[in-house]
Amino acid sequence: MVRIRAFENAAEEASKGGVAAFGANLGDAKVRGPLHLSTGQEAVAAGVCTHLARTDLMTSTHRGHGHTIAKGASLDAMMCELFGRASGCNGGKGGSMHIADFSVGMLGANGVVAAGIPIAVGAAHALKVRGEEAIVACFFGDGAINRGPFLEGLNWAAIHRLRILFVCEDNRWSATTATDAMTAGDGALARACAIGVPGEQVDGNDVFAVAAAAHRQIEYVRSGAGPRVLHATTYRVKGHVSVDPAKYQVDRAIEDDPIAAALGRLLSIGAEKALLDAIRTQAEVEVEGAVLAAGSGPWPDRGAAYTDIQDTGAGRWLE
Amino acid sequence: MSYAQAACAALERAMEGDERVVALGEDVGRGGIFGQYRGLQQKFGAARVIDTPICEATIMGASVGMALAGLKPVVEMRVVDFALCAMDEIVNQAAKSRFMFGGQGRVPLVARMPIGIWAGSAAQHSQSLEAWFAHVPGLVVAAPATPQDNYSLLAAAIECGDPVIYMEHKELWGLQQEVDADQQVELGKARVLQEGSDVTLVTWSRTAHAALEAVEKASARGISVEVIDLRTIWPWDREAVLASAAKTKRLLVAHEAVRTAGFGAEIAAEVAEQLGVRVKRLGSPRIPVGYSKPLEDEARVGSGKILEALETLMQAPM
Repeated sequence: MVRIRAFENAAEEASKGGVAAFGANLGDAKVRGPLHLSTGQEAVAAGVCTHLARTDLMTSTHRGHGHTIAKGASLDAMMCELFGRASGCNGGKGGSMHIADFSVGMLGANGVVAAGIPIAVGAAHALKVRGEEAIVACFFGDGAINRGPFLEGLNWAAIHRLRILFVCEDNRWSATTATDAMTAGDGALARACAIGVPGEQVDGNDVFAVAAAAHRQIEYVRSGAGPRVLHATTYRVKGHVSVDPAKYQVDRAIEDDPIAAALGRLLSIGAEKALLDAIRTQAEVEVEGAVLAAGSGPWPDRGAAYTDIQDTGAGRWLE
Repeated sequence: MSYAQAACAALERAMEGDERVVALGEDVGRGGIFGQYRGLQQKFGAARVIDTPICEATIMGASVGMALAGLKPVVEMRVVDFALCAMDEIVNQAAKSRFMFGGQGRVPLVARMPIGIWAGSAAQHSQSLEAWFAHVPGLVVAAPATPQDNYSLLAAAIECGDPVIYMEHKELWGLQQEVDADQQVELGKARVLQEGSDVTLVTWSRTAHAALEAVEKASARGISVEVIDLRTIWPWDREAVLASAAKTKRLLVAHEAVRTAGFGAEIAAEVAEQLGVRVKRLGSPRIPVGYSKPLEDEARVGSGKILEALETLMQAPM
C-alpha cells in the first residue's frame, strides 16, 4: 500500500501541466496525458493481490497503477513507462492507461471502461482450455457495471465455470459524475448475484477486511466451482485525472485513509512503529529511485513507432 | 467442395495441427448457420469448438483474452453487421494490444465476419465494410472469392499470428470448386483472373465473379480487360496492381461496398498518384440495402454496371 501511495504521489507531481483539461495549462511535464491515480484505493489492490501467485493473471482499468504494483511489477519499469521512456515496461508505447507487465501475469490496464472484463474472461477461458489451474483477477470500477461487458462477461464466466474473481473497485465516481445517480438497483453485487456470480461486499478501505474477503472468494474460485465477485467500496481521493481539482467531490475525512487505518490497526496489535516507518521510508526510497531512473531513461527511437504492430504487411506503413 | 466446406476443411486441418487453435461463436457447435463449422464440435469437442451466448462484444473481447493467454481463436461474428457490436474489442483491443503493451503480448486471432448482400436480408445483414477495418493499423483484412482461396487464405490467416478480419461472402457459400489442400496462398498476394491489355479491373469477393461475366461481354466488344482479384484488402497487392495499370494505362476498381470512402478509393488514389493514369471507381450507391428486390438490386454491383463502367473508361480521353 505504501509503495502504491508513494508511486502515485510521485507520478502526480511529475504530471503537473501534462494535460490540457480541467483548466490546466499544458506545460513541460514529465508525465504527459491523462493520469488516473489510485490514491486512497490502495487497500483493494493490496488486499486482493496478496492472494495471487505470479502465474495468476490480471486485467486492470485506466486507474491501474496500484493493481500493477501489487501484482509485482517493477516500479522502475512502470515509472519509466509513465515518463515515456524506452526502458518502460511497454517501451513507452502505452503509458499510464495501458500499463502492463506480462512477466508477472499483468495483462494490461485498459483505456476503455469495462473493456478488461471480456479480456479477463477470455484469459480465464484459455487457462481452462489449456488445463491450467491458475486464476484470473479482473479489476473494474463502479462505472463499468453500467456497460454491457459487465453482464456479458459475468454470464460467460458463469456458464463456463471459469476460474476468475471479478473485483469491483467502487470509488463512487464515474469520471466526474457520482455513480449512485447513474446506477439503478442495488449495484454491483446484486447485479452479479442476479447473473449467477455470487460473492460479497467489503469495506475496501480496510485492507484486513479486503484480504480476508478476497481469501474466501479466491479459495472458491481456485476450487473450480465457478467465478466470484468482490465488491469493495473505497473512495477516489483525487480527481478523475491528476489535473482534475475535483471541486465536485465532497472532502474526504483523513481518518478514512486506508493507509492510516492499516497503520493504526497494526500499532494496536503490537507492531513496532519503527518497523512501520522503515517500510514506508523504504517505499519512498524505491520510488525516488524509480523517478531518477525514469528521468534519465532513454527515449524510444523513432523507429519504435513502426514496430510491434503486425507482421503481415509490416513495413508498408506509409501506403 | 463448396466455399463453406473449404473453410471448414481449412479450420479442421489447423485444429488437427495445432492444439492452440480453437473456434468460438454463436451456433458453431451445430455447424454454424452457413455450415462452415459442420462436424467440428463432434470431432474436437465442445472445449475447443465453443458455443457462446449472443454477445458479440464479449465473444470478441474474450477472444482477445484467449489470444493474450496463448490460444489462437477463430471467432465467428455471423455477419459483419453484428461485428459492429464488437468494434471496441476489434479496434481498441485486438488491433492495439500488441503495440500498446510494447510487444509483450500479441493477438493471433481470425475474426470471421461474412459480408455482402444476401438475397432479401435487408439493411442490417447485407453490408460490405472491409474499408472500415483496412483503415485500422494492426489488422489484416482478407476477402476470398473462391473455395480454393477460402481454404488457403483461412489457413494463412490462422497461421500468420496477427488479428485478421476474415470476410467471406454470404452469396458464395454454395459455390463449388475442386480444392487442393496443399495449395498455399500468401496474405497480401492478388491473383490475376484474366490477362488483358486495355483496362486493369481490380476487384474482390463476390464482385470478382460479376467482373468475369462483364469482361466476357467486354471482350466481345473489343475491350481487353486484365482482372485482378485482390483477395487481401490489407495489405493489398500494390505491386501487382501498379504493374498491371502501368501496362494498361486504365484502372477500374469495382466492389460491392458503398463507393464513397470504399477501399476502391484508396487503390484508385494510389494508382493515380504513382502512375497518373485514368482511374474509375465503381461501388454501391451510398444507400442502405433495401429489402424489396428492386431496392436491393439498386445496391448491387453486377456485371451490367461493371460493363458500363469499362466502356465509359475506354471512351474517356487518356
